Amino acid sequence: MKLRTDLALISEWIAEGSHVLDLGCGDGTLLAHLHNARQVTGYGLEIDDDNIAQCIQAGVNVIHTDLNQGLSDFNDDSFDYVVMTQALQIIHRPDLLLMEMLRVGRQGIVTFPNFGHWRARLSLFFGGVMPTSRALPSEWYNTENIHLCSLRDFEKLCETLDIEVLQRTVVDTKHHSTGLMRLMPNVFGEIALYRFRSKPVKRIYPQQSL
Amino acid sequence: MFALKIITPVGANLRVRPQLITLFQMPDILPPDCVGLVRPQTHQFTTPLALDCGRSLPSYELIYETYGQLNTNHSNAVLICHALSSDHHAAGYYSMQDKKPGWWESCIGPGKPIDTNRFFVVSLNNLGACQGSTGPKSINPDTGKPYGPDFPIVTVRDWVKSQARLGDVLGITQWAAVIGGSLGGMQALQWAIDYPKHLRHSVVIAASPKLTAQNIAFNEVARQAILSDPDFHAGHYYQHDVVPQRGLMLARMLGHITYLSEDAMRKKFGRELREGQLNFGFDVEFQVESYLRHQGSSFVDRFDANTYLLMTKALDYFDPASQHDDDLSAALAGVLAKFLVISFTSDWRFSPARSRKIVKALLDNKKEVSYAEIKSHDGHDAFLMQIPHYLQIFQAYMQQIEITGEES
Repeated sequence: MKLRTDLALISEWIAEGSHVLDLGCGDGTLLAHLHNARQVTGYGLEIDDDNIAQCIQAGVNVIHTDLNQGLSDFNDDSFDYVVMTQALQIIHRPDLLLMEMLRVGRQGIVTFPNFGHWRARLSLFFGGVMPTSRALPSEWYNTENIHLCSLRDFEKLCETLDIEVLQRTVVDTKHHSTGLMRLMPNVFGEIALYRFRSKPVKRIYPQQSL
Repeated sequence: MFALKIITPVGANLRVRPQLITLFQMPDILPPDCVGLVRPQTHQFTTPLALDCGRSLPSYELIYETYGQLNTNHSNAVLICHALSSDHHAAGYYSMQDKKPGWWESCIGPGKPIDTNRFFVVSLNNLGACQGSTGPKSINPDTGKPYGPDFPIVTVRDWVKSQARLGDVLGITQWAAVIGGSLGGMQALQWAIDYPKHLRHSVVIAASPKLTAQNIAFNEVARQAILSDPDFHAGHYYQHDVVPQRGLMLARMLGHITYLSEDAMRKKFGRELREGQLNFGFDVEFQVESYLRHQGSSFVDRFDANTYLLMTKALDYFDPASQHDDDLSAALAGVLAKFLVISFTSDWRFSPARSRKIVKALLDNKKEVSYAEIKSHDGHDAFLMQIPHYLQIFQAYMQQIEITGEES
């Protein structure tokens, strides 16, 4: 089975044999792939019963977790990477969760739909309505996406939280990348992928006692 | 062709032809996902068993049942550990006249989560119990009388040790999985700690790494109900031809309150009146009273009060972290088994937070573990219920257990 393109991109960012925590791991596809292709160990966190059953069926270690409750079951620096694909925008406090990711892991990887995409801009500017798109199909009143952001928003937050971006890629919903996207990612990118870590100098967040 | 399987403890299959069923005038046909008619088997152990309390049992018997076939390299054996008041009869029927199958019929059988087409399932009655294994109502060879209160208090660790000996008898050096709910889950956890190399998977359902003060309090009230019954006779009631039925009944009624959630009780009984009106007396009026009295009195017929005391003590004493400065992570540092931990949202006796303690300790050690919190209104009893997501997750886990020598 062919791996979803964004997951394929992410898996290239992850070193062989590393220990990975996947937040909102869905049916466990990424972890199963990483385990088979790159000898990666780790856990997926999920809240949906059907997804949990599918993870278990696939032999992926999965822990029933509500990400809005934080990652208090995990100790500091216990993972090489903490991954979160397409879940940042549905979290109550993305800023706190980003800090939690970098508390329990050495590096973080997130993907999210770019709200700065030109179609979103045009829709709001000319239509005067909240945008819907291929990456954001739901209406404002029924969307799970409560914390949408653009690439610039995300990078500003990283700056505030003393997070250093190590790698950035933007793709469309089919996960293709074009020259235009590379030129103006915040306008043409539909989905953003980031790899990041805490700025080496200091940790600005308090160590959580467990 | 339809055939009824009779499972014998050595796993040999006798097939009863339908004609014979007609001959014996057996009325109903067992469903295809039932293990069929089963028979318990007893093994006598003559090597003394040293117990945690410092005493030892010179000899003892364990009664058990098996379902399914042990494969040639003995790699498909699954051990079922039972909870407070259950026994070795986990699945199937003893006769076609039986009204009820074994206590975990929902999970054990062909095509069920513990699939007897794949696994050889062993289910025993624990030491100190009262359904066939040596316990307080057994005859003490030293006195020729029932042990009664002289039966040593056994612990979860003692049980696990005795279960390992049963494994030796059956030729099982490594269990594919050790599985249990509630107090049974505690045994599955203890197995992974005490015999890390002798099991590949541990399935811990609706359990806890130790009892809370509230839980010990419930057990103490149950014990006091029994101990203060005038028919208890300091545990020697067998000689007086009585049983402390009021005490045991009260203990069971209390237990049942804690096994159900408030929600489940409201749904099941509400404030429904048995006779449709208030009678201004102390007889049974509300349906919930009737239910509890029924549960209590039927329990008295099948359970021994001394065993109830022992079982509640085993629960209270269970605390594997206590030998590691109350550090559960340290207690689980040496486990090798992969874990499936399951809890139920409405279980307030052994709440999801208790299961998460086990999960956290495993995560601290980077052990292989999956954890599912099942939405349910059934309280602690949920682990015995047919809840689709529970069965789905349980089945998914059991299916991915590898069995060496299995034809794929």
